Amino acid sequence: MELNKLTISQAHQGLKKKEFSSIELTESVLNRIKKRNQEINAYLTVSEELALSQAKRTDNKIKNKEEISVLEGIPLAVKDAILVDGIRCTSASKILENYIAPYDATVIKKLRKAGSVFVGKTNLDEFTMGASGENSAFGPTKNPHDLKMVPGGSSSGSAAAVADDQTIYALGTDTGGSIRQPASFCGIVGLKTTYGRVSRYGLIAHASSLDQIGPITKTVEDARIIFDIIKGKDVKDSTNMDSQNEESEIKIKNLKIGIPKEYFVEGIDPDVEKIVKEAINEYEKMGANIVEVSLPYTEYALACYYIIMPAEASTNLARYDGIRYGLSEKGENLLEGYLKTKQKGFGDEVTRRIMMGTYVLSAGYYDAYYLKAQKVRTLIKQDFDNVFKKVDVLMGPVSPTPAFKIGEKIDDPVSMYLADIYTVSASLAGIPAISIPIGKIDKLPVGLQIMGKQFDDEKILQVAKFYENRNL
Amino acid sequence: MITKKEVEHISRLSRLGLSEKEKGKFSKELSAILEFVNKLNEIKVDKIEPTAQVTGLENISRKDVAKERTKKETDKLLNLAPDVENRQVKVRAIL
Repeated sequence: MELNKLTISQAHQGLKKKEFSSIELTESVLNRIKKRNQEINAYLTVSEELALSQAKRTDNKIKNKEEISVLEGIPLAVKDAILVDGIRCTSASKILENYIAPYDATVIKKLRKAGSVFVGKTNLDEFTMGASGENSAFGPTKNPHDLKMVPGGSSSGSAAAVADDQTIYALGTDTGGSIRQPASFCGIVGLKTTYGRVSRYGLIAHASSLDQIGPITKTVEDARIIFDIIKGKDVKDSTNMDSQNEESEIKIKNLKIGIPKEYFVEGIDPDVEKIVKEAINEYEKMGANIVEVSLPYTEYALACYYIIMPAEASTNLARYDGIRYGLSEKGENLLEGYLKTKQKGFGDEVTRRIMMGTYVLSAGYYDAYYLKAQKVRTLIKQDFDNVFKKVDVLMGPVSPTPAFKIGEKIDDPVSMYLADIYTVSASLAGIPAISIPIGKIDKLPVGLQIMGKQFDDEKILQVAKFYENRNL
Repeated sequence: MITKKEVEHISRLSRLGLSEKEKGKFSKELSAILEFVNKLNEIKVDKIEPTAQVTGLENISRKDVAKERTKKETDKLLNLAPDVENRQVKVRAIL
């Protein structure tokens, strides 16, 4: 048995029944990383020592006949934008190349308490800015299904590690699609949670009104396990809330699925469209009601996002000034030190977003760009509010194409931005959305996006599970 | 259109050092992005309220009190600082 291929549920059962130890499970993952990481470049840091000590602790508990909880002794990979105390955290940027995290993020604290085994930190687009993984200062991650292709981004390493069985599960972050799009490109499950449901304390900030942490897993069942552990109120993230909609068991014959017609217009790859429509047909066959709906402001979402996100990013990234931590270049005076530090430390996409954000927030442009985008955001949110009066969930594509070639879009920022076209709306509206694998075009996976009402994370997980269980 | 002169102005505001070559490159790229986001000019939004926070939370505050930290914790932070003197972060003169 190749232990690294197991899901969380399978690994838990195996540990409980003493079919294998946590050390054996962890070593199988570490061996896979050793064998494959040079090629795939999914990990920036491998924390072998920490992992083995955590695994040993679980094995001792099992030996002493103590109960183990569902995550105990099971390996996890963490996107390198989330702090793990004592481990390097780079955000794939030269500016944080030697930064050692001085504390645990809240999600890490929770997972540590649940007995997780931390095998390493995964590659990403620098400061989570990108849709291909190519913006990493430490080299691109490759798609395990085809090494010439990108794995998607920005949670490139987390998605590739899960798809390549270099971990049992991973954490990612999603600002405009950074969990869902790589999950779709790599043929695995990725959940972007409702804004506010998972604490971001200890996450390196990108755009604070959008950023969310979420699970990247092999199954929907596993995503649910992680979500239940990392969700909940944390006073250290002031946007964090305890709200959730009451969860009841859904009967598929009562389920109303909306298909936004704006998600199937020119620009979508015909093969992607076909696979997505087949998956929706599966739901219909299982007894769900399918209705066409309209989200009229969809076509403005991407432009709205590419104003709000850089505006927030430009203020968040002002902190990298070379004074308290991170890269610090010396200059003749204070200003020159800043200029040199940021020039040397930031890659092109980060520089573009800081400048774009500074521009839309600067005197004379604030009303025309930033304030206007905030108003359009209201309209996009209202679209969803209206449609969720009529349907339970929405279904559509995650990205208009499957994974594209490494190098194909890197010199054309606007064409790279178009990869986010179906994912940014849910981010702007703060609603939950999940990507699940539904098929392939040749070697390349395609995902289905299921979106739900604000705080309906549990519901979309249930709906996603119908597909996963359909042949059982 | 974002001119090279505007790129110089924005990069100054955001404390980003740029080479001459980069100024030209970013002027071109930022102009393309600006043209793309100008799509929002198609809609009228005069009577629409802006959204800054999607869950409707407002003014979450806590008491502004410092917490006692152990030497081990403060050491971690001081070890990250590029320049330290007498357990204080050393910075360049501002004036």
